[in-house]
Amino acid sequence: MPNYAILHEKPECLYEDYERKSELHRQTHYCPGCGHGIVHKLLAEAITELGIQDRTILISPVGCSVFAYYYFDVGNVQVAHGRAAAVATAVKRAHPHSIVISYQGDGDLAAIGSAEILHCANRGENITTIFVNNAIYGMTGGQMAPTTLLGQKTTTSPTGRDFHHDGAPMKVGEMLSALDGPTYIERVSLGNVKQIMLARKAIRKALETQIAGLGFSLVEFLSPCPTIWKLDPVDAQKHVHDVMEKHYPLGVKCDRIAERTAPPEPAPMTPLTDLPRILRLPSTEPAPLHFSEEPLDWRIRVAGFGGQGVLLLGQLLAEAGMDAGLHVSWLPSYGPEMRSGTSNCHVRLCSSEIDSPVVSRPNALLALNEPSLRKFIATVEPGGVVIYNGDSIPADCSRHDLRIVAQPFAEIADSLGSAKALNIVMLGAFLSLSHALPDSPIESALKRLVKSERWLELDRRALAVGRERVPAEEFVHA
Amino acid sequence: MAKQLLKGNEAIVKGAILAGCRAFYGYPITPANEITEAAAWYLPQSGGVFLQAESEVAAINMVYGAAASGQRVMTASSGPGISLMSEGISYLAGAELPCVIADIMRGGPGLGNIAPEQSDYWQVVKNGGHGCYRTIVLAPASVQEMADLTRLAFELADQYRNPVFVLTDGVIGQMMEPVEFPDAPVLPPPPEWSVRGDAATRKNLVSSIFLQPDELEEHIRHLEFKYKLAERNEVRFERYRTDDADYILVGYGIVARILKHVVEDLRARGIAVGLLRPITLYPFPDEELRRLAKRAHHFFVSEMSTGQMVDDVRLALAGRAPVEFYGRCGGNLPTAEEIASFVLRRIREEVTLHA
Repeated sequence: MPNYAILHEKPECLYEDYERKSELHRQTHYCPGCGHGIVHKLLAEAITELGIQDRTILISPVGCSVFAYYYFDVGNVQVAHGRAAAVATAVKRAHPHSIVISYQGDGDLAAIGSAEILHCANRGENITTIFVNNAIYGMTGGQMAPTTLLGQKTTTSPTGRDFHHDGAPMKVGEMLSALDGPTYIERVSLGNVKQIMLARKAIRKALETQIAGLGFSLVEFLSPCPTIWKLDPVDAQKHVHDVMEKHYPLGVKCDRIAERTAPPEPAPMTPLTDLPRILRLPSTEPAPLHFSEEPLDWRIRVAGFGGQGVLLLGQLLAEAGMDAGLHVSWLPSYGPEMRSGTSNCHVRLCSSEIDSPVVSRPNALLALNEPSLRKFIATVEPGGVVIYNGDSIPADCSRHDLRIVAQPFAEIADSLGSAKALNIVMLGAFLSLSHALPDSPIESALKRLVKSERWLELDRRALAVGRERVPAEEFVHA
Repeated sequence: MAKQLLKGNEAIVKGAILAGCRAFYGYPITPANEITEAAAWYLPQSGGVFLQAESEVAAINMVYGAAASGQRVMTASSGPGISLMSEGISYLAGAELPCVIADIMRGGPGLGNIAPEQSDYWQVVKNGGHGCYRTIVLAPASVQEMADLTRLAFELADQYRNPVFVLTDGVIGQMMEPVEFPDAPVLPPPPEWSVRGDAATRKNLVSSIFLQPDELEEHIRHLEFKYKLAERNEVRFERYRTDDADYILVGYGIVARILKHVVEDLRARGIAVGLLRPITLYPFPDEELRRLAKRAHHFFVSEMSTGQMVDDVRLALAGRAPVEFYGRCGGNLPTAEEIASFVLRRIREEVTLHA
């Protein structure tokens, strides 16, 4: 029997031998007196005591704690500078039952990673962030951090941090607590043994928050960096207590644990057999239609104002063409045109495979307004069809080598009860003139694209009126 | 499965989910928005994760997290967003994490515009991030290929443990064509090396840091070996009427479709023209170009840029045949007519020169 009692021992969660290090497998790479060693031990104790070692995934940052994975016998993901909160977000969402801990220093979290931590906290991601604030960039050799105190000399603030030049030291705990997203945020200190014991409790509380599924938790540690501060370890610890704590008040910054409830359990896995339904994949092939033995190659340009239904008109042609067993393509002009200005699309209906979906020499132009007519009529192939929404073709853009129909289709649509039916009236006119497609695929395309019964009825009438107003044999040459 | 008329961008998402993708992290940008929107709609219903990130920087790092967790994951963006993602892509390649990134190219540089271009070739194919890494790059030229190559992208990403790009232009992203999906969806088990928050994976580590120069060199050589393997096994291309061709046109994405029209047009005028369409931009079909150069004595490259892929054609041919370039940019598409007349003019000059 040993005649002594073990009061402190290495937590199971830390490796016995640090074999991932290239040398000195029994000691850490941290400097004597560095706060990381203490924080590592507190964290490892909490993980071990809470029995979550197998479930834990540690996200290590860039900075002195980049090698946290040397020590922690848990799942480890090492990440880019500042991005721990983003990576942690996705890890947790992939494995909601895991315990995700992102470990970050002040340069990493508060400077380059400020956007990621802000949004992670605001989303209330159910992760725990260990934030080590030593007011300096340690790994890179002592540059100024967002948390560097006013007057503090660093290699990049050699005369001391100046408010007018560098702004104020950033209070991360308070800043994040101003958001509604986080559940629990506390600032603790490694300034003396008593405070270290309080810090121990804070880590535990943060992890318990995550285990209960209650959302985002963060513990900010005021931590000594004796090497860069050029102080011996005892003085460095004293500096944390005497100086840092004055600017960075300790305590709970937000605690909304009582207000929060855990989200429902994730749904069971979606069976793969459900995917075709979920993805709306068609189950049955439409019966192939052989309505024409002639080789067919419609290269159609539809153009008008945004909001006139230009794109839908083109899409109806393509959908119907597909149902008719043709090769089809539909290419919109996209972007701002969707919201204002002009809109146009290219449609091809072809009995053989389509090379290019780009219609630069159309054999049919459906112009819903005058600017579109002017823009495209010169590109139409001789012998091509032009359908124009207007009383007549303006004299300065008329051509005698085209089959042209000009009618006030907008007025016709209006008389049917809605100017919005203009595109379908013109579709009727085009189909009547061109015999491009039979009726049944047009009907099936309409049914697929027009969801409202009222609109479907109007569109059917518009289609019929369009056909009536432009009998197949009637070509008006402008 | 029956055919369905779909936008290229939407076909990517359906293809991805059927290929086992269960996570999507993205940020809005035109002309890739339909991908993000379709992912937001379909992924949660399919038992997957969708999250709109606060930036492309965050999005690609979320992709890193999901990939490290063993999920099949993707993101989508366009030029400016891909620029921001470059850092993360370097980390993904360094940590050997598989993922799929769709880049629906728009006009650059800077804000440029939202119209189609092919000017991300250099940053995607030659890699925009730091370090000796490559990404496999697939270049769809139809909506069907948007679905098919996305599926292939997930397979290659897992096989090579590397990011794979689906690189195309705004036209292919925005256009609709009939597409047919495979009957059998797949959902492979998570890779052994992934970190999943359980006892089985507790010892796993995902990292791209190798502190000792010897270790890092070994790692880089290992990556290099994978890329050589891909160069040997993954080259894909389409040949169109090249067997008897004296002149070869080279293009990818929407330009290749336009070039097919040019081939038909010039063939009708009695000129023996063919088309080589690289389907993989990395690895590039070098050998096929050299093989074609045994017969063809003149190559024409067309791109929607001031000439980026043309460098790779010249490198591959290494002076075996003259390489001419015709490009449009700023969001303009080259028309079949203008390319045909460019090619004809050059052929006539060649004839005059040799007369």
